[in-house]
Amino acid sequence: MLTILFDGIAYGMLLFVLACGLSVTLGLMNFVNLAHGAFAMAGGYVTVIMMNSYSISFYWCLPAAFIVTALAGVVLERLLYRRLYSASHLDQVLFSIGLVFMAIAAIDYFMGGQQQLINLPPELSGRFDFLGIDIGRYRLFIIVICAVLTVTLQLALTRTRFGSQLRAAVDDGRVARGMGINVSVIFALTFALGSGLAGLGGALGTELLGLDPNFPLKYLIYFMIVVTVGGTSSITGPFIAALLLGVADVAGKYYVPQLGAFIIYAVMILVLILRPHGLFSREGGR
Amino acid sequence: MSGERNNASKQAMGLLRHAGRWQIWELALWLATIAAIFVLPSQMLILTEIAILALFAVSLDLILGYAGIVSLGHTAFFGLGAYAAGLFAVHVSGEPVIGLMAAGLVSALFGFLTSFLVLRGSDLTRLMTTFGVAMLLAEVVNQAAWLTGGADGLSGIIIDPILGYFEFDLWGRTGYVYCLIVLVALTYIARRIVNSPFGLSLKAIKRNQRRASMLGISPTRRIVAIYTISAAYAGIAGALLTQTTSFVSPDVLAFHRSAEVLLVLVIGGAGYLYGGVFGAVIFSILRNWLSVITPQYWMFWIGLVLIIIVLVGRERLTRWQTLLPGSARKREAGMQQTVAEESK
Repeated sequence: MLTILFDGIAYGMLLFVLACGLSVTLGLMNFVNLAHGAFAMAGGYVTVIMMNSYSISFYWCLPAAFIVTALAGVVLERLLYRRLYSASHLDQVLFSIGLVFMAIAAIDYFMGGQQQLINLPPELSGRFDFLGIDIGRYRLFIIVICAVLTVTLQLALTRTRFGSQLRAAVDDGRVARGMGINVSVIFALTFALGSGLAGLGGALGTELLGLDPNFPLKYLIYFMIVVTVGGTSSITGPFIAALLLGVADVAGKYYVPQLGAFIIYAVMILVLILRPHGLFSREGGR
Repeated sequence: MSGERNNASKQAMGLLRHAGRWQIWELALWLATIAAIFVLPSQMLILTEIAILALFAVSLDLILGYAGIVSLGHTAFFGLGAYAAGLFAVHVSGEPVIGLMAAGLVSALFGFLTSFLVLRGSDLTRLMTTFGVAMLLAEVVNQAAWLTGGADGLSGIIIDPILGYFEFDLWGRTGYVYCLIVLVALTYIARRIVNSPFGLSLKAIKRNQRRASMLGISPTRRIVAIYTISAAYAGIAGALLTQTTSFVSPDVLAFHRSAEVLLVLVIGGAGYLYGGVFGAVIFSILRNWLSVITPQYWMFWIGLVLIIIVLVGRERLTRWQTLLPGSARKREAGMQQTVAEESK
């Protein structure tokens, strides 16, 4: 019971790291970026290549995954995404679906369609018993990393100059520009940060979620649920939504496997009917 | 006073009639599809596929092009129709026309029920709910293996000859003619719908929902109505797929189908009904050509096409429609002329 809760929390934390970039682009910048999962997949494949082909330590792979995907994110943002911030949602959907298709086919071409496996360092694999709870070492590792990241993000958004500039830029881009904030640079940096985090999440999730070329589509619905259910008030909303989703999904698959993912979709639709702006919506803001 | 009103309504009727006038290129298009039966006898299966895709895209056009609802899960209705037709053939009767109607009814009912989900909220909420509904159905189909065959698909579908006379042949000729007749009939009905006052009010809602309701047009009921109709169309398209292939797999509910039909409509241009037909032809040719060159990786090129379309601008790319004789823009000019003449 507690083990399921623990696994669920680890899963939820991972989902949060994967999805929090999307909660910024989709929730705050109002850009429907269905290609978010592609960045996560890129992070996963960076890890796989580095570990399996160059046998670099897992711990070095994580920052590398972050940096590579953040760079990819900033390049794509400057070249492509930037042009579509003011486009209609339909255009954004079409564009990002196109990007996902290209990413899937490209990965399939270079890496093959099979499931990718990595070997975790020995100190991270295995389980131990703590007060009667069966704890997976790797899951604990994920929880710790994600918790640190979450706190850092929250502090960065609320306490730093960059955070308040971002919030200003998102709330009202025109006024922010008038106040001398370079909105376009802020957006580019935020986009890079979001994709980088997705990449990091993908790297962390290779072991837990599995990695194959269909990753971006398979987990798209999960990211979207986190963002829409969590709302856009702060990163607390998506965080709580991700934890709930993680626990509900793990528990649901354990106790009522015949229902599968049915429950979470139904819950998502229900939430969207009752609270179209998510559970934790915010006043003001656009 | 009443004379004035009479005059105004006469004018309005004139406008609608002008917009609903048959164009030469429409007739030419349908003649070409009929000619294809004799000219391309070896391509019947692909042509059938195109006809089904075209019907599916027309159904999306009804809600996207006319009511402005962006749907990421339109394949929910397509898949539901496909399964309904399959189950109908297995458990009730193999008669295709009745099966088609049954599938259309089931999809329409489901569309009616889910239409209330797209009434509220922004584009984003609609995207999510339509997407969620499609995923939900896919999950149901996957789990309810006792009914649907699960991931293996529903097999053992035997389709009787159409109306007891026309048997489905090996080359797919009957199938194509059957699909074509359904496509023509349903496009004709859709044409009547979008050129009716109801269709015009939908366009008003798409442009500005608040203003439309201030003018006395109730958006809620109209959106529910068109969503239900569109769902029925998609269901019938799905049923055609089942009946011509005698097989249904969970693939009919996969996300890529929703994306594909969006792409088809975008290539052809949304909002004039034939976008689906032209788009389906172009898309299928493109895909067949690409899958000959790169069997496994055609998705990459499709993605590239999508990105280019968006970056270049959808309006600019689909401007060729205006070259068609009697196209929307020319038609508008014509309408004004008619109005001017009639008001004299």
